Amino acid sequence: MASSKKVTSKAAARLEVKKTYKLYINGAFPRSESGRVYEVSNAKGGFIANPSLASRKDLRDAVVAARAAQSGWAKATAYNRGQILYRIAEMLEGRADQFASEISLASGVTLKKAQDEVATAIDRWVWYAGWSDKLSAAFGATNPVAGPYYNFTIPEPQGVIAVAPAETFLAFIDAIAPAIVSGNTVIALVPGSAAIAAMTFAEVLATSDLPAGVLNILTGSHDELAPWAASHMDIDGFDISGIDKKKRADLKVAGAENLKRIHSFDGAISPNRIFAFMEAKTVWHPIGV
Amino acid sequence: MSFYGIVDGSESSLKHFLAQLPGVDQVGAEARAAMLATRSIKTTSKRWAIDTAISMVDLTTLEGADTAGKVRALCSKAVRPDPTDATVPSVGAICVYNDMVAIARTHLDSIGGNHVPVAAVSTAFPSGRASMEVKIQDTQDAIDAGAAEIDMVIDRGAFLSGQYGLVFDEIVKIREVCGERAHLKVIFETGELVTYDNVRKASYLAMLAGADFIKTSTGKVAPAATPPVVLVMLEAVRDFYQMTERRIGVKPAGGIRNTKDAIKQLVLVNETAGPEWLTPEFFRIGASALLNDLLMQRMKMDDGYYASPNYVTID
Amino acid sequence: MTFEYAPAPESRSIVDIKAKYGHFIDGKFAPGKKHFATINPATEEVLSQISLGGQSDVDKAVLAAQKAYTKTWSKLSGKERGKYLYRIARILQERAREFAVLETLDNGKPIRETRDIDIPLVAAHFFYHAGWADKLDYAGLGKSPQPHGVAGQIIPWNFPLLMLAWKVAPALATGNTVVLKPAETTSLTALLFAEVCQQAELPDGVVNIVTGDGSTGAAIVNHPGIHKIAFTGSTEVGKKIARAIAGTNKKATLELGGKGANLVFDDAPIDETVEGIVNGIFFNQGHVCCAGSRLILQEGIADELIEKLKVRMAKIRVGDPLDKNTDLGAINSKEQLSKIQELTSAGDAEGAQRWSPACTLSAKGFWFAPTIFTGVTQAHRIAREEIFGPVLSILTFRTPQEAIEKANNTPFGLSAGVWSEKGSRILWATQQLRAGVVWANTFNKFDPTSPFGGYKESGWGREGGKHGLAAYMKEGK
Repeated sequence: MASSKKVTSKAAARLEVKKTYKLYINGAFPRSESGRVYEVSNAKGGFIANPSLASRKDLRDAVVAARAAQSGWAKATAYNRGQILYRIAEMLEGRADQFASEISLASGVTLKKAQDEVATAIDRWVWYAGWSDKLSAAFGATNPVAGPYYNFTIPEPQGVIAVAPAETFLAFIDAIAPAIVSGNTVIALVPGSAAIAAMTFAEVLATSDLPAGVLNILTGSHDELAPWAASHMDIDGFDISGIDKKKRADLKVAGAENLKRIHSFDGAISPNRIFAFMEAKTVWHPIGV
Repeated sequence: MSFYGIVDGSESSLKHFLAQLPGVDQVGAEARAAMLATRSIKTTSKRWAIDTAISMVDLTTLEGADTAGKVRALCSKAVRPDPTDATVPSVGAICVYNDMVAIARTHLDSIGGNHVPVAAVSTAFPSGRASMEVKIQDTQDAIDAGAAEIDMVIDRGAFLSGQYGLVFDEIVKIREVCGERAHLKVIFETGELVTYDNVRKASYLAMLAGADFIKTSTGKVAPAATPPVVLVMLEAVRDFYQMTERRIGVKPAGGIRNTKDAIKQLVLVNETAGPEWLTPEFFRIGASALLNDLLMQRMKMDDGYYASPNYVTID
Repeated sequence: MTFEYAPAPESRSIVDIKAKYGHFIDGKFAPGKKHFATINPATEEVLSQISLGGQSDVDKAVLAAQKAYTKTWSKLSGKERGKYLYRIARILQERAREFAVLETLDNGKPIRETRDIDIPLVAAHFFYHAGWADKLDYAGLGKSPQPHGVAGQIIPWNFPLLMLAWKVAPALATGNTVVLKPAETTSLTALLFAEVCQQAELPDGVVNIVTGDGSTGAAIVNHPGIHKIAFTGSTEVGKKIARAIAGTNKKATLELGGKGANLVFDDAPIDETVEGIVNGIFFNQGHVCCAGSRLILQEGIADELIEKLKVRMAKIRVGDPLDKNTDLGAINSKEQLSKIQELTSAGDAEGAQRWSPACTLSAKGFWFAPTIFTGVTQAHRIAREEIFGPVLSILTFRTPQEAIEKANNTPFGLSAGVWSEKGSRILWATQQLRAGVVWANTFNKFDPTSPFGGYKESGWGREGGKHGLAAYMKEGK
């Protein structure tokens, strides 16, 4: 745990076992292939940790993992996906104190504010998890075409989605949950101090039933990684809500190469954030004896 | 020639027959197999099932690295699976490549294993990609060396491209080579055929062409003998018996690794084709590691506590 | 060599049945006054004493539900309501085996079915509805739809806990509170469910369970404090309820009887079709409102298919419901057994040909062998009336239009099946069939996301899916 304990005057202080921060790719915790790290300090400038500074090659590897995991995740029943995501919420709840103290330490907000943020994030996660088996009700249809055909529309996940959330835990949760609940797999680009809580989240994922590769976490710099994600031909969608508004246009230009679906969401909580990374497939079948 | 009076040997007659077979609904077939897998086989019936499964094992070694020593060790295991327990039955057969047949037969005969037949894989196993002449020679060599059973592979490329007549003719020719000296198992490689409809068609094609046994796989490709595949083949032999009064055997091979898997197979047989098939004469299991798990389960039933691999021989 | 399966009994030791039960009102178990015995229909052993709820018990329960609605439940956000339902779903999963064994003991159905079908569906139902609680704005009911208030729910004995889940989960998710009466012969899993509510810390009075008989149910239906009624049971009682609430503002959904037609065309996948027919009528001993109880076969394949069906039926294992290999369990009550016997005798008398595979039935308990009748016509009682047992009536058809006419020629309209390998024919048939649930190349499949309910005298409204929420809400503005 990245927190400091007070030293009692009488007994000798017990030194903490500090965490080493790595990336989370394909269910494992590798260091960046570049070997680089960056420093995260607390509000007073004191050292907290050296999270991995992910490189474009780490991104490349994460995309390979995410693509390999995608068809299996999409084929799981909606019920199964919902169950897996709900159990992650159970584990987040169990670690709520840890998350709150890490967020408070790394971002400088008060512990109370951090606790509220964690509670909101968990409830938000549960909200999205509950959509897995209701997307067809919201975004599917049977269509009364003018002919003897059974015609229906079903929403399907797009594939591999990159997300670049702002530097808070809540923004991180808000970006990844809607992307994976429908059966996409995700690469999250986590900036700055948000790395601390995000890697604790990765520990939760590693002990959950979420298959390896469904969610991958790269800590580091948006400026460095976002352009590579935007131009990557095997990424299908990109949530750029955490990218500086002035830098979004360039990413969209790069994304046009494979007509990437690039979106940003500014605070609204809605199932449209889920559907933004889905496709709609419409099927025709004759009706006749 | 007349094949059970059902097809006349021409490709058109065969295609016509295969086309009118009812389809297999994938979801329904898998659901039926899954339901049968919930059968709970305990105590006396489990003990019977274990011994029956042992007697049905075609103990197999099909490696490029096979040697005379390896084959002889396998033969000893086949005749007396547990050296400390004479009540354990011998296995159903030994299964080897055809250049190992003579070694196997000689060794079996020298250790009191005359009752254990040698089965040889044949016809350019496992791929089946060779000329007909080579396939015939392959089969002839095995029989001359003492194989009493031939496990041939069908030409999957021909099957998948709709050349059913070609596949049929190859089986007919190999059946001729076997004559009275050997029984013929026809391997479909169901993992390559993919659909249950194809498995059903292949089953009838092979039976009409003269197969004595229909077999799922070479063991070299996954998926191999999945329960729904075996279910479809058991339905085929059941219905074929109704049509012709000829009982054809079924051999799943590959992927049956432990006692639970083996018992599931026996349940499939019991509730699909019927108890008449529950003998090595009409049902075999192609396996190698399975035998030791059966022995360990047998030990547990006799001793009352869990066994360890230390107490069964590796060969 | 025959492969006899040795007995494989599931252990009873996991359940702890009390000698006597009262009612669950306002979050507490309150002792009842009058009691009646509930038995295990496979052995006739008395399992426990159940309280016969009277008017005062119903009054207390409705009061508790009203108080809970006004003071607690309606004040909670959907998000918080959902959390209780998630807890209930997860606890049901944890205690799944216990519930499965108890349901088998009380109902008589095989453990394989309670373990693999009933109980998993129960948990799934609560899990699915938990997720709706804070998403009701997206359910197609307008913005801010509102609950009715207190729902009175009366459930049958054929799927006791599953019917409880179908009623309680949507009611709570949409913000209603509940007074539920389980069936007379199968109250035990409902009473155990009350424990789950306590473990989930569900606020007092949100769920109330009053046991009893028809009179208890009537007291609930007629209570002025009930705003919405949900009933699953016989068409006869459904009609009584409809008459009783006629002059009131009470809303009702009714899930009633059926005489499901299973249509088999000559291009059906034969082996899977035989499985589907067997599943359609022998699953749950045929005690299923949507059972495929009329097999309507294309005449050209009738003989072949009936032969295959007989061979398959000979493999049905009838016996101890707690044995893991049992396929067909006990008939739920002596009363139900008499009904089945009466109707099958009528079948004989009207000239249909009866056939059952040989099976040994225990002398104790209530048993009926799986049975088919051939040579049945639409005019026979066994083709028109719901038998609610393991009895299949077999008719034939010549053309697809004739098949549809026969299928629809009934006052019921709950379910139908279609078997064919031709997609357009299946869709054509589903378009023509007047039934609320149509299964193609399968049967008796249920899912919390899939709306269920009937046309005509099979009832009003749907349960499950987005459609199932509508009954529990008033449309928002």
